[in-house]
Amino acid sequence: MTIMSNPLTKDFPTTFSEKDLVRRSASTVKPPAERLTEVAKLIDTSKCIGCKACQVACLEWNDLREEIGVNHGVYDNPTDLTPASLTVMRFTEWINPETNNLEWLIRKDGCMHCEDPGCLKACPAPGAIVQYSNGIVDFVKENCIGCGYCIKGCPFNIPRISQVDHKAYKCTLCSDRVAVGQGPACAKACPTHAIVFGTKEEMKQHAEARIADLKSRGFANAGLYDPPGVGGTHVMYVLHHADKPEIYAGLANNPRISPIVELWKGATKYAGLSVIAAFAAIGFLHHLVNGPNRVTKDDEKRAKRLAEGRSP
Amino acid sequence: MTNSWTDIRNTDLVVIMGGNAAEAHPCGFKWVTEAKANRGAKLIVVDPRFTRSASVADIYAPIRQGTDIAFLLGLINYCIQNDKVHWDYVKAFTNATYMVKPGFSYKDGLFSGYDETKRDYDKSSWDYLLGQDGFVVTDDTFTRPGCVWNLLKGHVSIYTPEMVERICGTPKDKFLKIAEMVAETSAPDKTMTSMYALGWTQHSKGSQNIRAMAMLQLILGNIGMRGGGMNALRGHSNIQGLTDIGLMSNLLPGYLTLPNQKEVDIETYMSTRGFKPLRPDQMSYWQNYRKFFVSFLKSMWGDAATADNDFGYDWLPKMDLPAYDVLRAFELMHQGKMNGYFCQGFNPLMSFPNRKKCTVALSKLKYLVVMDPLETETSRFWENHGEYNDVDSSQIQTEVIQLPSTCFAEDEGSLTNSSRWLQWHWPGGTPPGEAKTDIWIMGQIHRRLKALYEAEGGPVPEPILNVRWPYADPENPHSEEIAKEINGYAVEAVMDPADATKVLVEKGKQVLSFAQLRDDGTTSCGCWIYSGCFNEKGNNMARRDNSDPDDAGFYSKWAFSWPVNRRILYNRASADLTGKPWDPSRKVIAWNGEKWEGYDVPDIVPTAKPDVVGPFIMNPEGTARLFTRGMLRDGPFPVHYEPFESPIANPIAPNVRGNPAARVFKGDLEQFGDSKDFPYAATSYRLTEHFHFWSKHVWPNAMAQPEFFIEISEQLAKEKGITSGGWVRVWSNRGSVKAKAVVTKRITPLQCDGKTVHIVGIPLHWGFTGAAKKGFGPNSLTPYVGDANIETPEYKAFLVDIEPIVQSVS
Repeated sequence: MTIMSNPLTKDFPTTFSEKDLVRRSASTVKPPAERLTEVAKLIDTSKCIGCKACQVACLEWNDLREEIGVNHGVYDNPTDLTPASLTVMRFTEWINPETNNLEWLIRKDGCMHCEDPGCLKACPAPGAIVQYSNGIVDFVKENCIGCGYCIKGCPFNIPRISQVDHKAYKCTLCSDRVAVGQGPACAKACPTHAIVFGTKEEMKQHAEARIADLKSRGFANAGLYDPPGVGGTHVMYVLHHADKPEIYAGLANNPRISPIVELWKGATKYAGLSVIAAFAAIGFLHHLVNGPNRVTKDDEKRAKRLAEGRSP
Repeated sequence: MTNSWTDIRNTDLVVIMGGNAAEAHPCGFKWVTEAKANRGAKLIVVDPRFTRSASVADIYAPIRQGTDIAFLLGLINYCIQNDKVHWDYVKAFTNATYMVKPGFSYKDGLFSGYDETKRDYDKSSWDYLLGQDGFVVTDDTFTRPGCVWNLLKGHVSIYTPEMVERICGTPKDKFLKIAEMVAETSAPDKTMTSMYALGWTQHSKGSQNIRAMAMLQLILGNIGMRGGGMNALRGHSNIQGLTDIGLMSNLLPGYLTLPNQKEVDIETYMSTRGFKPLRPDQMSYWQNYRKFFVSFLKSMWGDAATADNDFGYDWLPKMDLPAYDVLRAFELMHQGKMNGYFCQGFNPLMSFPNRKKCTVALSKLKYLVVMDPLETETSRFWENHGEYNDVDSSQIQTEVIQLPSTCFAEDEGSLTNSSRWLQWHWPGGTPPGEAKTDIWIMGQIHRRLKALYEAEGGPVPEPILNVRWPYADPENPHSEEIAKEINGYAVEAVMDPADATKVLVEKGKQVLSFAQLRDDGTTSCGCWIYSGCFNEKGNNMARRDNSDPDDAGFYSKWAFSWPVNRRILYNRASADLTGKPWDPSRKVIAWNGEKWEGYDVPDIVPTAKPDVVGPFIMNPEGTARLFTRGMLRDGPFPVHYEPFESPIANPIAPNVRGNPAARVFKGDLEQFGDSKDFPYAATSYRLTEHFHFWSKHVWPNAMAQPEFFIEISEQLAKEKGITSGGWVRVWSNRGSVKAKAVVTKRITPLQCDGKTVHIVGIPLHWGFTGAAKKGFGPNSLTPYVGDANIETPEYKAFLVDIEPIVQSVS
């Protein structure tokens, strides 16, 4: 089901629903009876020419409008992800110290769709972030409270809060397209097939061939970026220098969910719950010992005066 | 292209030089990625800048703009010195063994016959030595000094790796590495493809840039081969169609030429177009010229074109000059001699060099008609846009008429891509507002002019009154009707030349191909090379079968490729003198003992014996030309000439400024700057986010590259105190622009002839209309000088100065 075969030939469910969820923020879900095949998008930085067709396709498919900015002395436009630009190209001019040759590293940035999503773990709003059993991590706008915890939870600094509706936005891996058997818009628009989409297994195999080709061209450290620290990702990169992902505009080397989020959802969560429980218990004990609070006649009088605007 | 986009995936080596395929042709570039991924092909990029193509290359080498010929002749010299020559191919299929007239010579940058006052050559010595039999004398042993091979060997010998480094600024080790990779493809089973574009054409010696690579490809035996060829990447979706259909001032459809004023009748015209074979038994296909020409005249004037009136020959315009190219048109406007201008799908105010001159020229017009889907700068040249178009509207009296036209997605017709494929397309939407198709607009202009002639008369009304106009709705011809006219049909029954009783094509039927055209007025054909596109089998351009037997890359049932659906030109050259493919794993066609057969339509008579008839059938020699005789105005071999504005004097000919035969108008000569006042070497180019001046009208494209900028090296930025993202002023002897600065490692200073040369890169996509930020184009700076042969302006190499703008600019 790679983007190479379009129209796609396999059968797909027509939509994703509650039954496809494996995770739901601030809630528990029943594991789905049948897991969807895990999908992945593979971005081959060695084939990418930085044309930004993916950026434009993303805006067009999602019907978003990015502001027309200015030139900041670089090719990156816009220079960062925004609530409208769910993906951006990041350009890095890197002199390879081994060859002394310039390499222009171009990386399409956007949500990595972690198997173990930090955003979802950090999210306090029930159902604002969900993960389908195919691995896609999706934001559900209606449930979002705009708190920004997802940004703190994300090891890749991806979500952005809209100043207009105060909701968080990021790449959906075109879950609406995938649900009907299509690849993401960016993959469809990519002229050099640097972006391909398929099952995670297929993508890993495809990457292997690409890595072999790169090694034959002298990139000894070519490899697949599928970081285990977040359980692997459903957006993966082929990198010429997989030993140094950070040279690709600061791609996280061994990303992990922030320990604060882990604490928040781990020990702290239970510690917090136990504190709440303790106070509840103290309150109940107080009730047992002192009985309920009662309103006295004096209290009533003072309240009346207060309501009339006089000093109580 | 000699080959096709899809064929690029068959190559072993891609050389991108004189172009930037990844950036300007991202969709076609996918075939390079395919070749790399599936065949392990290597990619070489040679460019003044480290481009997006370079970002995925196996090796990149910098080169100073305007020095490609030195680099390419350096490669030819390397191949000759290291015996990396496909000898069997060179001996059999090129004119290497031919003897040249003894009067021919070359010295200090000039060939024999130069006239400095005319800036032109007497080319009579640039030709073959003919024997008593009228055929070229040959030297099959390469022992005589006057044979083409020995002349070439001597001519390129000065272009050593050291000289290449000195002229081009390309480090010697990089050059040698590339030379080694290129030379490997001289093996019969290795091919290299050349992908080039305006980086080679937009020079005062553009034609010779391309020739130099074509010569290299011949020496390596890479023409006619799968994965080989000379592949021009055309800059618009239909610019190939534009040249094919003859939209140059001196051309007729199918590369026929307009008569000049000395050619007073058809016989005089034909006398220089006989194309008698120069070697025994050769096809010399242009011998059929008259058939194509008469059939064209019949398609123009139908029944009014008869043998008695030379098929309307007198009604054709006659040229008083070699060409009325764009530079000349604006020169004439500037002189007040051209008073009206129709501008269709074109934005001269931003596209032609020396914008100041263009504005003055347009201001002198009585009327300007602009047909375009967009509000172009040209249509608004009279409007004041502050510093971006600082004109005094009250002083401009030109009447401007804007005719909104449809864009390609709103009408039906064919586009011819770089692969020479005519691909039919259908409307995807309804035109907005009052927009009309170009066919409707042109048709209406004709109808109304004709009515005026009928009502009022006038001198020489026949060319208008007699135009054949057979359309079902005369007010609005359908594109299919025009396509059928272009294909051609039998005016009278066409008889079989082998059997006079047999009818080949019935009267009124579409001809199968140009092979059925006749010179007696019995056939009509609008553009002979397109013949076969819409014959009795139907609209072949609309075919959409993408089957590809043996994954050979031909896709012969997809659309229609001119000529006669041939996918690789000169494909006879893919096989040796016995008719066996040079590379059996990449067969194109082969001789089966009786005829040629294979994946592609043979580019030769199918029964022509392999050891007799040469593959280059369009040349009267039957071979390809390493020595081009008098076909180019500036020399039978390429020579390195500096750009007219250059940071250094020409190391091989210090006294020759620019190409000695390049076309320069008087007043423009004084407007050239020199390196004392303008020390930096500038070049202009496209970016992938935009398409010329169109896409800045489109919101997402404007977002992706919002604002005009220039690019410089970190070293120059430091020297001048320029910060990345800051404002700079760049100026030449003709104008000045304000831009953002992008300071980059992708541009580095070059060492040329002992001097440090800094490069300033200037992309071209901004103007004062559209959605993007207002900006300038490089044409405010570029010089008004054209290539010696096709007058393409020298946009790629000129001189500027640069300074930071210190105060903040709102």
